[in-house]
Amino acid sequence: MSIILSDISKNFGSFAALHNINLEVPEGELVALLGPSGCGKTTLLRIIAGLEHTDQGSVIINGENKTSQNVSQRGIGFVFQHYALFRHMTVFENVAFGLRVKPRHTRPSNEIIKKKVHALLDLVQLDWLHDRYPDQLSGGQRQRIALARALAVEPSVLLLDEPFGALDASVRKDLRLWLRNLHHDLNVTSIFVTHDQEEAMEVASQVVVLNHGHIEQQGSPSEIYDNPTNAFVSRFIGQTNVFDLDEHDNEWLRNVGIINANSTGRIAHVRPHDILIEKSESHQDATATLKDWQHLGALIRLELVKNDHHASKSLFAEMPKEQFKALALKIGDVVKLKIRHAHWFH
Amino acid sequence: MNTHTIPHTSAKDTVVRQQHALQDPKWVRWSLIAIALGFITLFICLPLGLVIYQALSKGIEAYWTALTQADTLAAIRLTLLVAIVTVPLNTLFGITAAWAITRFEFKGKSFLTTLIDLPFSVSPVISGFIFVLLFGAEGWFGKLLATYDIKIIFSAPGIILATLFVTFPFVARQLIPLMQEMGHQEEEAALSLGASGWKTFYSVTLPNIKWALLYGVLLCNARAMGEFGAVSVVSGHIRGLTNTLPLNVEVNYNDYDVVGAFASASILAGLAIVTLVLKTLLEWKQASR
Repeated sequence: MSIILSDISKNFGSFAALHNINLEVPEGELVALLGPSGCGKTTLLRIIAGLEHTDQGSVIINGENKTSQNVSQRGIGFVFQHYALFRHMTVFENVAFGLRVKPRHTRPSNEIIKKKVHALLDLVQLDWLHDRYPDQLSGGQRQRIALARALAVEPSVLLLDEPFGALDASVRKDLRLWLRNLHHDLNVTSIFVTHDQEEAMEVASQVVVLNHGHIEQQGSPSEIYDNPTNAFVSRFIGQTNVFDLDEHDNEWLRNVGIINANSTGRIAHVRPHDILIEKSESHQDATATLKDWQHLGALIRLELVKNDHHASKSLFAEMPKEQFKALALKIGDVVKLKIRHAHWFH
Repeated sequence: MNTHTIPHTSAKDTVVRQQHALQDPKWVRWSLIAIALGFITLFICLPLGLVIYQALSKGIEAYWTALTQADTLAAIRLTLLVAIVTVPLNTLFGITAAWAITRFEFKGKSFLTTLIDLPFSVSPVISGFIFVLLFGAEGWFGKLLATYDIKIIFSAPGIILATLFVTFPFVARQLIPLMQEMGHQEEEAALSLGASGWKTFYSVTLPNIKWALLYGVLLCNARAMGEFGAVSVVSGHIRGLTNTLPLNVEVNYNDYDVVGAFASASILAGLAIVTLVLKTLLEWKQASR
């Protein structure tokens, strides 16, 4: 079911959490709301759910205006960062809750509830825990139960608030992939909130970048990574080196190839993998010195210091491990840089 | 639940560690224990024993006769009536207040929180006096009440009002910290699953607060039955009509009816013991949750 948000604004006292948000989520997508803490992403999610009211604007789910409807009537599934399982109920009762509270004429029989709950627990692969209480489960298990509980009412939209935020790094990695696959199978329109760009890129089919209550950019993960529309998005998504032209020697910039026919602004953002490195024969034509390097698994990250007249920050470049070995660089060696691509901002 | 258990175990750990750090010499430990035990014996066990001793000083028959006097029975009835009316009302009030304070943001919230504690900080005699000033013959509403022949002061309604006022913080005080700590995500989850507000309260909130609620009700009941100061001001001490059990103790004692006074007192003492036992059980239940 599609979600359309039009012109949504929300203030908390004098603090404007969201201004004039317009967003369209097509049916079946898995969308990430991504942004730094305090950017309004959770508020936006809670507004879609009906847990928070808007000051202005409307929420339209599947063509129906839901702005003034209560959370209990919206037909959404909500998964909380800290799971919010009912601690006095067993796993089974937690998942059955949404079915048991239905009005009498639409409430399924006990038989059907039982069948359905076990099917959902099978789906999250935790049926063997059905008679446990939430405090007997691990964080990852709790979050999967919370998801099963939300799915029990067959929501038209699934909303997840930092679903992996409270989990260990390794569990988080597994659950990300699992959520992506689950979404693929169920195909329910889903929105999840995260502050972790890696998570957003890995899980979502669409990423919405928020900052200070505004949408900065919306697009597929590769669109956002390859064509950031502004400096904030470029810096927030992945690593980037920032070159302010006023703070550098023109000659140095020309040597490394930043300034060319495509230069259109004052500030250039360069991804670490867009910096090519050659070993330099002499100090004369060297543009940087290797200060340090770190092992990131398949990649090596090199910390470089520019050889120009301005006192300056370090640059970061990345290259595959094999290439680094072939170059046989040592700390203190001088190198030549070639920048093959930069994003320009004003 | 996780958030409950983790601080628990770590608190135990620190206690164990502190015992090593705080290992005082033996004589200090023993004399501190002796002083504490001495105080408890002198000020709690001895008086309690004396109440029972005095009540039975003229034999069990005299005790029984004192208890079954018409005035004493009337006092028991009135005390029960006061408790039956005030405890449910204050339970309702306590839940409402705790809900409002922990679930909504509004102006004057901290003022309301302070106000709930007011009956604890005001002398009970003044609490009683407020009602005399309001509803007494010379009070603000005195003339109005007199024209409709409604009696509040020197009758049961006044006693109930005074008791309500004195006992109203008990339930709210128990619930507010618990509900603050719990947060409202479970309730939000229930609502998002389609539960109505009432259903959410009944099947999610109430099971989480039930032990604290019972604890508050118990304390409220103990105070409602045992209140003296406020009730004394509004009751007028009319025998067989407006004497509650605590007032009956005083009236009998002033009449040199020692057995009668201590017989009534023994009921209150028994109530106190039952309350203590239930309180310990509830605390244990709450901690093991």
